[in-house]
Amino acid sequence: MQLAYSESERHLAREVRAWLTDALPRLGPRPDRDDWAGRRRFDTAWQALLFEAGYAGIHWPRAYGGREASPTEQLVFLEELDRAGAPDVGVNFVGTLHAGPTILAEGTEEQRSRHLPAILRGEHVWCQGFSEPEAGSDLASLRTRAVRDGDEYVVNGQKVWSTYAHVADYQELLVRTDPDASKHKGITWLIVPMGTPGITVRPIRTIAGPSEFCEVFYDDVRVPVANRVGLENDGWRVAMVTFAFERGTGFVGEITEGMRLCRQITEAAKRVRVGTGTAWDDVELRRGIGRAAASFDALWSLTAWNVSEAARSGVPGAGASVLKLRVGEAFQELADVGLRVLGRAGLAIDEVAGVRGARILEEYLRGFGLTIGGGTSQIQRNIIAERVLGLPKEPVWTSS
Amino acid sequence: MDFQLTALQEELRETTRKLCRGRLPIAAARAAGGRVERAAWAELEGAGVFSLRLAEDHGGLGLAMTDAAVVFDELGRGLVPGPLVWTHIAAGLDLGDATVVGGLERPVPGAPAVVEHLGDLDALIVIDAEGVWALDPHAVVARPLQPFDPLTPVWEVDSLGRGDAVGGPEDGARLRAEGTALTAALLAGVASGVCDLTVAYAKDRRQFGRPIGSFQAVKHALADMLVRAEMARVQAYAAAAHLDEPELADVERAVAAAKIVAGDAAYQNGKAAVQLHGGMGMTWEVDAHLYLKRAHVLDAGFGSADAHAEAIAALVG
Repeated sequence: MQLAYSESERHLAREVRAWLTDALPRLGPRPDRDDWAGRRRFDTAWQALLFEAGYAGIHWPRAYGGREASPTEQLVFLEELDRAGAPDVGVNFVGTLHAGPTILAEGTEEQRSRHLPAILRGEHVWCQGFSEPEAGSDLASLRTRAVRDGDEYVVNGQKVWSTYAHVADYQELLVRTDPDASKHKGITWLIVPMGTPGITVRPIRTIAGPSEFCEVFYDDVRVPVANRVGLENDGWRVAMVTFAFERGTGFVGEITEGMRLCRQITEAAKRVRVGTGTAWDDVELRRGIGRAAASFDALWSLTAWNVSEAARSGVPGAGASVLKLRVGEAFQELADVGLRVLGRAGLAIDEVAGVRGARILEEYLRGFGLTIGGGTSQIQRNIIAERVLGLPKEPVWTSS
Repeated sequence: MDFQLTALQEELRETTRKLCRGRLPIAAARAAGGRVERAAWAELEGAGVFSLRLAEDHGGLGLAMTDAAVVFDELGRGLVPGPLVWTHIAAGLDLGDATVVGGLERPVPGAPAVVEHLGDLDALIVIDAEGVWALDPHAVVARPLQPFDPLTPVWEVDSLGRGDAVGGPEDGARLRAEGTALTAALLAGVASGVCDLTVAYAKDRRQFGRPIGSFQAVKHALADMLVRAEMARVQAYAAAAHLDEPELADVERAVAAAKIVAGDAAYQNGKAAVQLHGGMGMTWEVDAHLYLKRAHVLDAGFGSADAHAEAIAALVG
């Protein structure tokens, strides 16, 4: 059992650190949170810098521009990026971490050479079209319909929670091609250019304000059959392949963000005046921060455990669901403490009495998404109970 | 980085688990009222539980804290009674031929001076800011108490003498850190053992014509138990790894985090186990309460989760 990085892993860390010292100043100023055109420009410029240096898709095969990094090397890389305050993956999220790897695993040679380099260079931005208003946790019941017409599919329906759809060039879209088959059997995975006539994108305002989420509507959208990834009606399996790409590094950003939030809440606690002292004098609040810090330390240890497991076996273990479930909860527990620390200074997003609560308030609201997106905590508990603990499935209720 | 069990650690885990199930079952500990049975203790000694980190030329196996953590995780899962942690961390001290060693952190005047397993000890050690002290447990004036955990007999000590110095302040700090990490490993094992017990019950117990473990209200609570146990285990291992590997910074924080996460996990899982066993959970016969009570005993040793949470907050700020 070895928790420290090896000499070669430390060598990579030094190399990445040196490059970041040079590369980060070359990035322009960060755009405002709600300036989506600016955010697309900024995030794709960052992706292009990563590509030039050979760090884009660091764990992808060399043939497609990657450098075949091991899971632990990928962890080292992500940790260095975070330590230096580098931008996160941003609008490149779906392309580099979801659609790209799926095309890599299941696409044709033509699809790979057309899309993968463009994703890595930051030329194409992707979004996801999976969830629907009536297909959330029960994703396989999706109803957006695609009907074959010659060498095209004609798509009609609606998607929701489509991240970055308003700035995307392409979408990975799950459609129903066989309405008579059982729900998992009639789904197909398509590559859809977002400029295709008949597509309407509407941004969603969330509890945290304007967001990266959108609704997407399809009105007789014609998609070439050549854009299908995998076989017709085999799209569920193609979509599930994505989970095999998870190498334990999926929540590094949230964990380091949680540790950063711990420090920010501590700083705020020392500034917020309560009675004759500050919020920091309140032992209950200090313990709350301490317990949250311990949770994030343990989440980091679980990440190291999962990444090491993936490095040994090549596939993720049961730890992935455990991590997903606990990250969201720990983040919310911490943000709760943050709000209690702010007290009346938390009634405004602006600075009050020398305390600026904006970040804590924003993270508090964003935190709710962590136990909903990517499979709710309730679904994660079902997965853990049934697949890890081997408990029997709950009886299925039918409307008839 | 290879933060997974080595082949040797897999073997240690299996042999310890077999030893607990075969020679040290909970039923035997119940029958003995948690008293240290010399034959059982000899089994633990023979398996290297106490000496495994001693150098080979001192009769040990020359192994690391992580190896010990794997073993203590299993001892916790098996609810093995006795002063396991103190006897282990005292292995390098000059205590004559003592084989059962207990201990405590020197209580401040007026604080409860409660010693576990006093009646079975060959040696008693006390850690304070100045060092490590050995006392003769037979010479200590104490009265036996009715224990909260029926498998952890306790005594209230009238007054603890200073004792004979067997280590300096650095030794005291090291023993405290190692003891905290190994207690976290025991707690992780308790959290995991009681999770297993409850999952088995939920698969077996039927109501409304089906196993209660098929109902989401029950299975979600069980999933939470597993999550807590897993978090406890990895952080207990991480704390041990921090003590083994000097290149890892923040040892103090890693050890405190382990004690918090594992302490909370064992306690929360113990409570959930009593609840999920329904009426049976309230009975003396079912083991659920023994895990819960052990969780309290272990949380109260080497600094409670609350105390460590305050300590970590000071390190964050």
